[in-house]
Amino acid sequence: MKFLRDQIDKIKPTFSEGGKLSFLHSTFDAFETFLFVPNHTTQNGAHIRDGIDLKRTMFTVIVAMLPALLFGLWNVGHQQSLALTGTDGSLWDNFFVGLIQTLPIIIVSYGVGLGIEMGFAQFRGHPVNEGFLVTGMLIPLCMPPDVPLWMVGLATAFSVVIGKEVFGGTGMNLLNPALTARMFLYIGYPSSMSGDSVWTFLPEGSETVDGYSGATNLGELASATAEGKPWSDDLLSASIMDSFWGNIQGSIGETSVVACLIGAAILIASGIGSWKIMLSTVLGGLFMGWVFNISGADGAYMDMPAYYHLIIGGFMFGAIFMTTDPVSAAQTERGKWIYGFLIGVLTVLIRVFNPGYPEGIMMAILLMNVFAPLIDYYVVQSNIKTRLNRVKV
Amino acid sequence: MGKNVKIKRGMDIPLEGKPSTHIHAISTSTTFALKPTDFKGLVPKLRIKQGEEVSVGDCLFTDKKNDKICFTSPVSGEIAEIVRGDRRAITAVKILADSSDYKYKEFDTKGYSSKSADDIKSILLESGLWPFITQRPYGVIADTDVSPKSIHVSGFDSSPLAADLGVSLRGQEASIEVGFEILNKLCEGGVHLNLHAKKDNTIYQNIKGVKVSYFEGPHPSGLVGVQINNIDPINKGDIVWTIKPQHVAFIGKLFSTGKLDLEQNIVIAGSEVNEPAYYTTRIGASVDSLMKDNYKSDNVRVISGNVLTGKKIEKDGYLGFFDNQITVIPEGDHYEMLGWLFPSYARPTLSSTLPLSKFLKKSFSVNTNPHGEPRAYVVTGQYEKVLPMDIMPQQLIKAVMAKDLELMENLGIYEVIEEDVALCEFVCTSKINVQQVLSEGLELMAEES
Repeated sequence: MKFLRDQIDKIKPTFSEGGKLSFLHSTFDAFETFLFVPNHTTQNGAHIRDGIDLKRTMFTVIVAMLPALLFGLWNVGHQQSLALTGTDGSLWDNFFVGLIQTLPIIIVSYGVGLGIEMGFAQFRGHPVNEGFLVTGMLIPLCMPPDVPLWMVGLATAFSVVIGKEVFGGTGMNLLNPALTARMFLYIGYPSSMSGDSVWTFLPEGSETVDGYSGATNLGELASATAEGKPWSDDLLSASIMDSFWGNIQGSIGETSVVACLIGAAILIASGIGSWKIMLSTVLGGLFMGWVFNISGADGAYMDMPAYYHLIIGGFMFGAIFMTTDPVSAAQTERGKWIYGFLIGVLTVLIRVFNPGYPEGIMMAILLMNVFAPLIDYYVVQSNIKTRLNRVKV
Repeated sequence: MGKNVKIKRGMDIPLEGKPSTHIHAISTSTTFALKPTDFKGLVPKLRIKQGEEVSVGDCLFTDKKNDKICFTSPVSGEIAEIVRGDRRAITAVKILADSSDYKYKEFDTKGYSSKSADDIKSILLESGLWPFITQRPYGVIADTDVSPKSIHVSGFDSSPLAADLGVSLRGQEASIEVGFEILNKLCEGGVHLNLHAKKDNTIYQNIKGVKVSYFEGPHPSGLVGVQINNIDPINKGDIVWTIKPQHVAFIGKLFSTGKLDLEQNIVIAGSEVNEPAYYTTRIGASVDSLMKDNYKSDNVRVISGNVLTGKKIEKDGYLGFFDNQITVIPEGDHYEMLGWLFPSYARPTLSSTLPLSKFLKKSFSVNTNPHGEPRAYVVTGQYEKVLPMDIMPQQLIKAVMAKDLELMENLGIYEVIEEDVALCEFVCTSKINVQQVLSEGLELMAEES
């Protein structure tokens, strides 16, 4: 430790003001503070401070995403094996195939994103913010396994520059950066982000076994509803139990409800993720599903049990990892309930009424991101009104 | 009758170096100092010259904006030095104290119970006790020309390692009683005494004519601002005064004897103190005389006050005007390898991401390392957990940062002062200096009003 510290102190002047590489100051600072908590002391205000900082906060979120990531790695291989041979490969084979396919996506996402963040930090004279450590992991998790790397890079760059930095950087952005990246690809390159052929990674020129279908639950349900078929469990391309465990086709990290729930447990136990938002999102989804159930309208989606909505598609992944981004979510405690609930409601509404967008949660979250400041505004106004009313009484 | 309030939000920070209840008498300090910097926004006007002899209660300087407000000498002796800082601003007036038998200035307090509010006010102003009365909004010395809506006294201190007033004020019951009688004369709206529901309140048992409310719960339940917000909130345009019980005792002593006596029992505590306990001294005493060889180690932070709101002072510094506590903790000027990931020692925290610290450790030797670098606001909902007031702290702090005066006022900036948000600053993940930001906001508001 002493040796490492000495080495850093030796090269530090090169990166400090007036040094040869001072244009890399922010980047150096990011690495230095990663390795060593600085020897600063409090100079004004409270003399002692809590042990938590943004690095630990963001790291906790990454830990919470690990179950989804690990499961995703296995599942990418598992799905490929099923598609190519009709049988399951060994645990390690599946994992290896998934790693080979997914690791480059993760590397591109982090490389491009952190590179741009460091550039902006240097340009603005700010320290590098840790927020992207989470975004950089969320982006791969919500991508289809078959996505081309250049698309990942482009989408990441778009989300960091347009989604975040133009608003003033971390803490100022309106939209969830990871979803901004996904939305960018969804609109710009729909054929790579939706349909029946992207959810399993198949090597070029490979042939699938007979009976293989790349369709997902959401896609099947959307077309069944459009065709006016009545609801039955058979409409699902993957059973509800498989959807719950997650050994189905889908984006890399979002298929397993179980893995997401483990993440939720970590986020809630550590106090990092807002349980209010998660719970209200789930309640919103259930509520809207229930409304359709009792509405009397016919159609596959209308009669599907409400709780199925929570299990199919990316609902849980979104509700746990995407809605809880504290910057783009509502920031007032009461606002969080409203924000989450409306996301749940909108997700189901979009799924049912808009077959063009089979997965509603991405749209719902981004839409509510835009409305979150408005929700907060009214919550704040109500606090102001109570204060004013005190005078009158 | 008053109210019973259970404070739920907040946190006690258990620190090592709790004071024993023993009260040590210590040899008197040879030098004392009165620091104009202890008072927010004060520009002092000197009334004495270097070398001049003063008695206890003689005016050293007045407030340039209101020269009725005197700041008087806690001891008799010779003016040793007038210390000046940047742009020749006076930062301290040092007095070389007489070695024995102080000379006292006499104040005409006989028959105080029949004196008018104005007479009482002028005695308080002349004796230098007036500045102990703090005014909200803005947390400044009370305006001499207004009558407040109410006066609030918090009967207990819930801050980390704070003095148990039941110990430090024992034996001063009579003075406290007189002090409250005086306060009652100053304020038609009534005096509130806010006590801890579970603590020994015998020192307050004879007090008459006040509204007593009871509080319990973690810090900041003892902060007067929190108490006011819960039982008698400040509205726009209201003026409320606050004063601490030990200062009420000073007032009582002055009116019952006609002499200013600023002797008090203070707490010296913290993990770097050999013998954390109560010590008898006076306002403005030198840290030298108080600490002597009571330090456990060399690289320490000496704080006049508590770790959340106190002021950093040097080892050759002086006890602050309002403080009855000196806290000594280790400095944190060392690197910690991957400290954010694998903390190498336990540290107090509100966050469950440090479960070993949060749930297992009973008390902490805490240092001054902030455990992280300042960042933009990311985390939300954190301040609310430690601010038991009907205030939206994060929105308020953001309004101050944006210098949005109207929003600041709407969000109730006139209800809070720096100490109320000290815990918010402690828990802040983004390491924002919340107290300083709020202070700038209060200053801005005071200028505009």
